Amino acid sequence: MQLSLGPVPYFWPKQQLLDFYQSMVTQPLDRIYLGETICSKRREMRWQDWLDLARFVESHGIKAVLSSLTLIEAESELKQLTKLCKQDEFLVEANDMGAVNLLSQQGKPFVTGPAINIYNGRSLRLMQNLGLERWIMPVELSKSSLGDTLQQAQELSNEPLPETEIFAFGQLPLAYSARCFTARQRNLAKDDCGFCCIETPQGINVTSQDGEQIFTLNGIQTMSAKIYDLCSEVDSLKQLNVQSLRISPLVSGTSEAIHKFKQAIDGTATENGDAIPLMDLSNANRVCNGYWFGEPGMDLHRQ
Amino acid sequence: MELVCPAGSIPALKAAIAAGADAVYIGFKDDTNARSFAGLNFTDEKAQKAIQLARSGTQSSKATKIFVAINTYPQANSWHRWQRAVDQAAQLGVDAIIAGDIAVLDYVAQTYPQINLHLSVQASATNRESLEFYKNNFGIRRAVLPRVLSMAQLSHLSKTSPVELEVFGFGSLCIMAEGRCYLSSYVTDQSPNTGGVCSPPKDVQWSDTPEGQETHLNGVLIDRFKADEKAGYPTLCKGRFEAGGDIYHALEEPTSLNTLDLLPELKAMGISAIKLEGRQRSPAYISQVASIWRQAIDRLDLPTNAATHNAKQDQQWHATLAELSEGHQTTLGAYHRPWQ
Repeated sequence: MQLSLGPVPYFWPKQQLLDFYQSMVTQPLDRIYLGETICSKRREMRWQDWLDLARFVESHGIKAVLSSLTLIEAESELKQLTKLCKQDEFLVEANDMGAVNLLSQQGKPFVTGPAINIYNGRSLRLMQNLGLERWIMPVELSKSSLGDTLQQAQELSNEPLPETEIFAFGQLPLAYSARCFTARQRNLAKDDCGFCCIETPQGINVTSQDGEQIFTLNGIQTMSAKIYDLCSEVDSLKQLNVQSLRISPLVSGTSEAIHKFKQAIDGTATENGDAIPLMDLSNANRVCNGYWFGEPGMDLHRQ
Repeated sequence: MELVCPAGSIPALKAAIAAGADAVYIGFKDDTNARSFAGLNFTDEKAQKAIQLARSGTQSSKATKIFVAINTYPQANSWHRWQRAVDQAAQLGVDAIIAGDIAVLDYVAQTYPQINLHLSVQASATNRESLEFYKNNFGIRRAVLPRVLSMAQLSHLSKTSPVELEVFGFGSLCIMAEGRCYLSSYVTDQSPNTGGVCSPPKDVQWSDTPEGQETHLNGVLIDRFKADEKAGYPTLCKGRFEAGGDIYHALEEPTSLNTLDLLPELKAMGISAIKLEGRQRSPAYISQVASIWRQAIDRLDLPTNAATHNAKQDQQWHATLAELSEGHQTTLGAYHRPWQ
């Protein structure tokens, strides 16, 4: 089972981002997804910077994949998307059907990110016929839904299935809007945002009026407040033939999460050993895994 | 420009037809559509009746089209329900199927190539390449656009779109790109994609507390209302939360979309159809809203100077629409750049 690092969803200063990847290339990762997936106004990293970073990652023996913007509205965004899909050096993760169209028309293989709606085996096979080689399941789907999807896909054809990657750790991507909620929190118009989300390196916490943590505002994206964590589910993920687990970067603690998953995958974590605990159940207000069990996403399922 | 009206029942359908809808969209009585509420939608018999009513026309003897929304995302173990819904719609001879899932789109395109396919807003197609994808692979004739584009973006897209465009004119406002929003399943166990419902009624609790009336969704406090405030339905994106030290509507206020003022521009762009949201609404609501939009669309065909001295009529329409709106207020939403 492989470990992937998802794209950084937050807006970090260029140096912070480069420092982050400097430490990530020493981690036991098989693949790193790179690129701005949330807002086209975030331009600390230019096109060439991303390409250079991808080459840097690959020079450390880790596969680099370039991730596309998720919500494509403006013509300028479409132009950038076209450029991304036309380059031949790196595999692309499509986060919008527009990217799937551009890639499939060129006959290029592609990956679909969690915002591409593949909810059943028929859809999976359709996308595979268009060039899909790996898919990240939509985050709201469960273990049993994954099992059913893969089984349905197998019943439809003898072709080997595309690889399955599961979003296994991090703040869940929940929604995308035309509106920038970070700018709204600052009483700024989106067109005059001053790139203020760079000041909130892990978004803005949203809590209910009685203090329950609910969401995280990350520009035009709404994320979960809690950390989704499937580390204790590595065995069930293996049983379903999931080939890859995605760790979504956090402002701190990403390396620890990678090690925790690596130990769980390799079976080197022991109950009483020096391994990092799989899931700190005392921290139930910070961790969730409900989606995997077909329950509300924010719930923490205890066996 | 076609007026596409919602109906969740036969009386609502009659109201829409009487008010002058060019097309009425309905859903079957299960989770194959994104308004899967108890007591709503059409059994096979009711759908048959809907077709008959629509075909018989009104006094002006004009037939109304019937579109069927099969626009949620089937999971592998329930695929048969979506397949059945498509077969049923085909048998009824509906004028279009509105779908978002690529497996459903593919099934319609392969099995019933004669049926008009409209891309549901739930497919979240917001740009030309995405529309091309659905046209190339499934032959869609029309797409309903998510409520995320500004007027400038819409204008550009309308010039380059490979298919007819339908946009939302009035009703409850989804502020997220539709089909890519899981706020509801994060807090409850259902989202529009999986359960055909957002912020499901089964999870809503209303309670009176010393702090005021509270609304909860599956135990999560969505809003707290003072005595002089009217408590609204706890839709997740319209809740009042704390962020950055302030308590406010962190995502959006309770409000409805109203693009009446944009109608001349939308027509000039070549938008093919205006959609009214609200299959869950009463026949009286649909009657009022649809007749205003019917008149507003018809007025566009009058000599240009006639529209200018209709300020009083505009005022009345706006007042009526605001009265029927969530929180009694309306917005232009993403069409209006400052909203973003």
